[in-house]
Amino acid sequence: MVPSKFAYHKPSTVKEAIALLATHGDDSKILSGGHSLVPVLKLRLNDPEHIIDVSGIDSMGGIRDNEKSITIGANSTHGEIANNAALKEHAPMVALAASMIGDIQVRNFGTIGGSIAHADPAADWPAVLLAADANVVLSHAGGQREVDIDQFFKGLFMTAMGEEEIITAIRIPKTAFNKNSTYVKFPQPASRFALVGCAAAISNSDGYITEARVAFSGVSATPFRDSNVEKSLKGSVLNEGSIATATASVADGVSIMSDHFAAEKYRKHMAGVYARKALSALA
Amino acid sequence: MTYIGSSVKRVEDKRFITGQGRYTDDIVLPQMTYACMVRSPHAHAEIVSVDISHAEQMDGVVKIFTGKDTDAAGIGGVPCGWQVDFKNGDTMKEPPHPLLVSDKARHAGDAIAMVIAETYAQAKDAAEMVIVEYNVLPAVTNSKAARADGAPQVHADVPNNLAFDWELGNPREEVDAAIAGAHHVTTLEFINQRVICNAIEPRSAIGHFDTAYDKYTLYTSTQNPHLIRLLLCAFVLGLPEHKVRVVGPDVGGGFGSKIFHYTEEALVIWGSNQIKRPIKWTAERSESFVTDAAGRDHITTAKMAFDKDGNVLALSADTFANMGAYLSTFAPAVPTYLHGTLLQGLYTTPLINVSVDAVFTNTTAVDAYRGAGRPEATYLLERLMDTAALEMGRDPAELRLQNFIEPFDGVEQEGYVTQVALQYDSGNYAPVLKRGLEMVGYEQFRADQKAAEGTGKLLGIGFSTYIEACGIAPSAVVGALGARAGLFESAQVQVHPTGKVSVYSGSHSHGQGHETSFAQVVADKMGIPMEDVEIIHGDSDAVAFGMGTYGSRSLAVGGSAIVKSIEKVLEKGAKIAAHLLEASVEDLDYAEGKWTVRGTDKSVAFGDVSLTAYVPHNYPEGLEPGLDFSSFYDPANFTYPFGCHICIVEIDKESGVVKVKRFIAVDDVGNVINPMIVDGQIHGGLAQGIGQAFCEGAIYDESGQLVNGTYMDYVMPRADDLPSFEIDRTVTPCPHNPLGVKGAGEAGCIGATPAVVNAVMDALKGYGIHDVEMPVTSQKVWNIIHGS
Repeated sequence: MVPSKFAYHKPSTVKEAIALLATHGDDSKILSGGHSLVPVLKLRLNDPEHIIDVSGIDSMGGIRDNEKSITIGANSTHGEIANNAALKEHAPMVALAASMIGDIQVRNFGTIGGSIAHADPAADWPAVLLAADANVVLSHAGGQREVDIDQFFKGLFMTAMGEEEIITAIRIPKTAFNKNSTYVKFPQPASRFALVGCAAAISNSDGYITEARVAFSGVSATPFRDSNVEKSLKGSVLNEGSIATATASVADGVSIMSDHFAAEKYRKHMAGVYARKALSALA
Repeated sequence: MTYIGSSVKRVEDKRFITGQGRYTDDIVLPQMTYACMVRSPHAHAEIVSVDISHAEQMDGVVKIFTGKDTDAAGIGGVPCGWQVDFKNGDTMKEPPHPLLVSDKARHAGDAIAMVIAETYAQAKDAAEMVIVEYNVLPAVTNSKAARADGAPQVHADVPNNLAFDWELGNPREEVDAAIAGAHHVTTLEFINQRVICNAIEPRSAIGHFDTAYDKYTLYTSTQNPHLIRLLLCAFVLGLPEHKVRVVGPDVGGGFGSKIFHYTEEALVIWGSNQIKRPIKWTAERSESFVTDAAGRDHITTAKMAFDKDGNVLALSADTFANMGAYLSTFAPAVPTYLHGTLLQGLYTTPLINVSVDAVFTNTTAVDAYRGAGRPEATYLLERLMDTAALEMGRDPAELRLQNFIEPFDGVEQEGYVTQVALQYDSGNYAPVLKRGLEMVGYEQFRADQKAAEGTGKLLGIGFSTYIEACGIAPSAVVGALGARAGLFESAQVQVHPTGKVSVYSGSHSHGQGHETSFAQVVADKMGIPMEDVEIIHGDSDAVAFGMGTYGSRSLAVGGSAIVKSIEKVLEKGAKIAAHLLEASVEDLDYAEGKWTVRGTDKSVAFGDVSLTAYVPHNYPEGLEPGLDFSSFYDPANFTYPFGCHICIVEIDKESGVVKVKRFIAVDDVGNVINPMIVDGQIHGGLAQGIGQAFCEGAIYDESGQLVNGTYMDYVMPRADDLPSFEIDRTVTPCPHNPLGVKGAGEAGCIGATPAVVNAVMDALKGYGIHDVEMPVTSQKVWNIIHGS
């Protein structure tokens, strides 16, 4: 369990990090908390010649409670997120999901930026960020851009990030649906990643659902929102009946992953079970 | 003083929990080099060529050895330590297990080269540069499939991959006839799946050839240093035994997997003489998955026949036992003499026949794993018992009680002679089941179970009443059964002039707490404070001889050897005391650390006697100075712990998720020295047993690759998978060892597994199935409930 030899760089600004990325390109990997990258290095599934450690970049840390959104620095650990008062108030599913990642040691080191850059479809973050209508802030040599989360996850370990871009922050809008949100997980028993992770966020007006966002990790190689579920819920009153109707065919038309823990049929069924659990918790 | 029976805190824990344990990988020797093995990624492949020329040029490389080198040195490989012959009397097939393979790889992980460098990172980098050309062959991993005509041949000279076949018990025709004529026959075909031992400390070995003394030292994470030395010297490398020291320092768990003599141990010893520098090898976790001998892996068909009243009439069992690619040290004994011999269980079954095919496959070797054969036997019997009860509409607890062997203490009543070659020492079986029923509140549970009908939950209860053979073992008996070693134990009790005591034990602690429970025994028997006793183990230069720790034998065999030495110390001490007191030995009593002349207040303390023994100025004529005795204890019989495990599960119908709601274990391990340590052993065993039922299991793909060879995929039981255990004990002392102890290391693991599966089957009894394959995952249960 020793990685191949690599050169180690520890930039202190985003600019420096991007310059290093530009110089070393394909031969480099960004390191933040290391909980996605280091296992891959130790198993020698990847052997970059350069490691660019962004954990020392101050501007990428911290969670800022702004007027309309909460900005989570990409270097924020899952532990920081789980314990953040603003997130607990304005987007409880974000703090809740963070508290369900790995164990205490993992949560104290692993970062949200590193996790979504890795884009493991069974990670907890994709479902939650999709449901939260988050934006991903990407920095590059010319400045920065924000990518809507719906456009971010492109497939198994694939994202919309450019080769010379770094995730510097994630923005969670302060919306009514985020204030009323939750996350539930059917964990893979060994890794405790999600066989099914379901995040649900719902806003109501006069008892009727005005917006519903329901998203899944673990079910498909690309994390997704289930528009059928969302459409079915919109305009209805959230109760046992509307939940049953909306979740009758979760993940229809989606290509579903299969492994020895959960083959396609069972995984699809469990997506429905966990959608019901999540929605029932909000009812 | 009464240390025996009290929960003294473990003295070794201070160093373990403060990070001061000293494991093999912690040891750094001057000039030490590091080895990395080049291993076959293929389960079955001819080795066409091995090119080390690039690797040799890499930074820091000291030397690279391949199979050609070990072949040229005439090293035949590591031996098997137990011989089981074919039914027809032919000797078992025992193909060589080379240290480095030169012709073909027989399982993924087979070692092809050892790369030695100044650092491990350099060795690892260079190992990646060793270029091996393979001719990949079809592989077979399933023992039943491996027996078929046309299956891949693991070894050229082992037709149909049969290492040996074996049977035990009453004539098969008689058993079959009884089954054919029975009122009811319960038949189960099941798989007792392969589990990977997963000790927290990976295996590690350092070979050091000291040129100044022409002496070898092997530090290795082993459960039995002397056994390793014997095998290494006499069978592998032909080294003079007095020139080899084997040290098993602190060892972080073994569960059986560290009993065996592994190729890497011989490689680092041999290599260290070749390069005249020490070599350290430590397994990476990924290597542990594919090179540590695994456990279980049986495919079995079993039948249990009953008369109309529910009395067991006969039992037959046919098992394919997967040996893996080579015969590991004790592998042949596990599915035979540690499995077939236990099929009497707690029942009066008058006719039993068991037949086993031991089969080579393209997988890592299988050998003893916590319980070793006895969990397989228990699983077989106890699954049959609950299934039979279900089929016959009988209560599973009552059906057991009806068939239990009557109580016998082994003193007034003879030990119970089984149909399968054993004589149980002492037993009283009904009380453990009755106590378990009381703890569980059986009637209330059945009412709750009924009340749950029609809800989204299913409740189930499962029983397992087991027996095990421990305290392994009487040498003459195991010798007759094919063991190539004796299974006694030795102990030296060395009293220092000041009355402090060093005890050298051939048992080896790799987590069991010997330094505590042995010291309790010594302190009590000698009437001195525990603080005055030091237990030393694990070093062949310190301990004269030893057979090590496995088969729940340490206290029953190793502890008894200590008691024998203490008796000798006190006998000689009495002679010295009598001299000092000017009394006769017959008039002395020994208690609380002093000899007293009966009926007087004249006494002499243990410390004064020990000082006199070493400063023999005023001393009995003709008596040798010193107070220091060794003993070898060879047990008269196995010991036979038994118990009752009861599991309650709750199944969520919608998701198939199974929760263990309660787990009750009533075990009888004979007398108990340290209840806290015994409880800990039981708890750990239960976790492993429940883990096999719900979590663990090696999965191979078509090409013979282990699919779940990391902790991302291989499921280990965790605290949140388990309930708080409810445990109790009955005490039926062992009649044939001086402590009356039976052993507790494996009990939890032996009894638990079938109780869990039985509970699941009880919950699912409305679904018309008879078995569910372990591990019982949510998906499997959901498929049953939803009929797919």
